[in-house]
Amino acid sequence: MAYAEDAERETLHHPKSFWTKYVWSQDHKVIAIQYSLTAIFAGLVALVLSALMRMQIGFPGALEFIDQNAYYQFMTMHGMIMVIYLLTALFLGGFGNYLIPLMCGARDMVFPFLNMLSYWFYLLSVIILMSSFFVPGGPTGAGWTLYPPQSISAGTPGTEWGIVLMMISLAVFIVAATMGGLNYVTTVLQARTHGMSLFRLPLTVWGIFIATVLALLAFPALFVSAIMLLFDKLLGTSFFMPAMVSMGQTLDYNGGSPILFQHLFWFFGHPEVYIVALPAFGLVSDLISTHARKPIFGYKMMVWAIVAIGVLSFVVWAHHMYVSGMNPYFGFFFATTTLVIAVPTALKVYNWVLTLFRGDIHLTVPMLFALAFILTFLNGGLTGLFLGNVAVDLPLSDTYFVVAHFHMVMGVAPILVVFGSIYHWYPKITGRMLNDTIGRLHFWITFIGTYTIYFPMHYLGFLGMPRRYYAYEDYDFIPQSAHDLNSFITVVALIVGVSQLLFLFNLFYSYFKGKPAGGNPWKATSLEWLTPQTPPAHGNWGEKLPVVHRWAYDYSVPGVAEDYVPQTVPESEAPIHDKGI
Amino acid sequence: MTTPANQAGPSLRTLASDWSSDKDTFKEVPWGKTMMWIFLLSDTFIFSCFLIAYMTVRMTTTEPWPLSSEVFALTIAGHHIPLLLIAIMTFILITSSGTMALAVNFGYRRDKNKTAVLMLITALLGASFVGMQAFEWSKLIIEEGVRPWGNPMGAPQFGSVFFMITGFHGLHVSIGVIYLLTVAVKVWKGDYQRKGNYEIVEITGLYWHFVDLVWVFIFAFFYLW
Ligand code: HEM
Ligand SMILES: [Cu+2]
Repeated sequence: MAYAEDAERETLHHPKSFWTKYVWSQDHKVIAIQYSLTAIFAGLVALVLSALMRMQIGFPGALEFIDQNAYYQFMTMHGMIMVIYLLTALFLGGFGNYLIPLMCGARDMVFPFLNMLSYWFYLLSVIILMSSFFVPGGPTGAGWTLYPPQSISAGTPGTEWGIVLMMISLAVFIVAATMGGLNYVTTVLQARTHGMSLFRLPLTVWGIFIATVLALLAFPALFVSAIMLLFDKLLGTSFFMPAMVSMGQTLDYNGGSPILFQHLFWFFGHPEVYIVALPAFGLVSDLISTHARKPIFGYKMMVWAIVAIGVLSFVVWAHHMYVSGMNPYFGFFFATTTLVIAVPTALKVYNWVLTLFRGDIHLTVPMLFALAFILTFLNGGLTGLFLGNVAVDLPLSDTYFVVAHFHMVMGVAPILVVFGSIYHWYPKITGRMLNDTIGRLHFWITFIGTYTIYFPMHYLGFLGMPRRYYAYEDYDFIPQSAHDLNSFITVVALIVGVSQLLFLFNLFYSYFKGKPAGGNPWKATSLEWLTPQTPPAHGNWGEKLPVVHRWAYDYSVPGVAEDYVPQTVPESEAPIHDKGI
Repeated sequence: MTTPANQAGPSLRTLASDWSSDKDTFKEVPWGKTMMWIFLLSDTFIFSCFLIAYMTVRMTTTEPWPLSSEVFALTIAGHHIPLLLIAIMTFILITSSGTMALAVNFGYRRDKNKTAVLMLITALLGASFVGMQAFEWSKLIIEEGVRPWGNPMGAPQFGSVFFMITGFHGLHVSIGVIYLLTVAVKVWKGDYQRKGNYEIVEITGLYWHFVDLVWVFIFAFFYLW
């Protein structure tokens, strides 16, 4: 027999020098940290941009350098960075890289070299993107949706260089995500340890796994549209460009289809929402179960819900296009699928709540963030039901109601999970706890702050306040109270923005001064807490791979002294909660 | 007595539990092969998007679509033969799939020399495909005046789509040729003989067959429609 599977599982190359250990590292944990730090840096840029935008909305003209062009450029870069370069990179490249091999019981990703390349391509894409701030004309101001014709026609800021760099950066990012994604999927499928069946995996792995599959199937559409848009811009092809007159001049284009771009973009764009949401679902399930000391409610249902959401997410994309003038029957179809996808999603929310029900809830900082996630996601999900219906969406489309909705559901909610997860896994990554007091302060400011920012925006949306406007003065339908509300929101946004320094400070401070954590500070069951060293050494498991005997949620098993049973404990020593797994 | 209806239940469940059992989902499938399959699935989506985009612009463009059998005709000895070159190219590529399959077969039998030679032949066939494509491109550009942004025969999207899709496919073939040559050299040197493991040949084969299969679709949708 040619295939020696255990040999494949055990081989490992040991790096020698500082450079190969920490810089050109092939260790999934180092790559994860590189990914995370780069993503957090990008996220900070996007955060600063949002503060600048809020300044213009709340106090028009207060910052003189923000003119119309700058506003649109900030908006575009903010949106794109937050969605792609922060959240996607952090969840897949950061958490995926760190947790998948540890939770599956593998020594590393299956192809460490490719994994390393993935990070360097990601870094390159970030550099290309950021460089567009410094080129003539600045970054593109087309909106993160980049709709042609306007994204490449004169009059939109950044049509000289910005849009080109954006497209190239996205293409490079997709190459990076593909190289990483192939690794994550193959590792989950083929490199699990003894006894680790798919249905014993923590939900974190399931969420990241399905999200990665979505990424591998959805990014192609973005890749293709980026290439075609680039050709329209640079070679003068007419894929997306109809015949048109722009600024008094007839352009050389004719016969292209702008709607085609919208279809391709949202065929990517909607799954992208779930690329960000599914890892958050997975991570938060583990946070809730661990800190409520209860098995996750309906584990298999949770898994199938993740799978179902993943599948359905490919057939809802045109709910972003109700106002594009497409055939009304399309609207009917896509509204139906959109409402169907709410079923598995709601099921997950019920199961989180049922996990909490009569649990031994420890209000630790990760748990606080997890609870805040449920509330925020619930809010965003409910407004999503409104926007999913054509008749309701038509008047609300392109108002602040939409801004409120998507920030709640895919902006703030996943960010809360990111924070919670960092508080939860930081002890494993560094060996030290994050400071609890600073953590709580950071939590309350962030949670109350973001609610205060976004909740009033629903109301602004009902008033008809349009999104993507540079200035709101002199419109009769916008009352003075709305302007006051905008100033208020800006003040809160600035406070929330600045308060993130607390978090950054905590990350640095605790790295040196934090309380030593020990191997398993939360008394959790999954494999990453059972490594022989903390932080885990290269190769993760020392001499022998762990052997798994149970699922990841044996908390508060009746008749067992401790309130948790690690996955490596055999049934002879402690009964298994759920034998169906 | 079990009825067919409740037989379906247990057998589906067996399937699920086989797939979800520990260590690996696809038993005895090496990591590299799993990864190649997943990559090809992703690549399928790229090509599908290209082809769907092509069909869409072909329907939205306002000018008539050039007749592909006319554009891609060769005149040989006074005879006007439509699609001749493409027919030859398609034939070559499909033949190369055959030689690749033979190479994989000899890899299984640990026949190092035959494997290497067959891979080399496959690479040569692939290279000649790319060569003919270069010829076809230059003929279109120089003689017919086709450009990415326009052409004398009709819809400008004709040239755009043609260069984009065949270019992207040609890139795949070129990468495949390099890939084949690299592996062939290693086979020749006996690297895999020593390891007793020829699975990389099969993985290369997967990629190569995929590139051929994609060509069949491009051929059908672009040249025959
Ligand atoms: C405190 C944090 C944040 C603030 C204050 C903020 C603020 C803003 C503002 C003012 C806009 C422009 C609205 C307009 O003019 O139409 C915007 C747009 C946007 N934001 Fe945020 N944002 C924050 C966090 C996030 C996060 C975490 C995400 C991640 C998904 C995100 C994604 C987006 C997107 C996709 C857009 C749309 C850009 C466009 O219209 O092209 N934001 N945000
Ligand atoms: Cu959507």
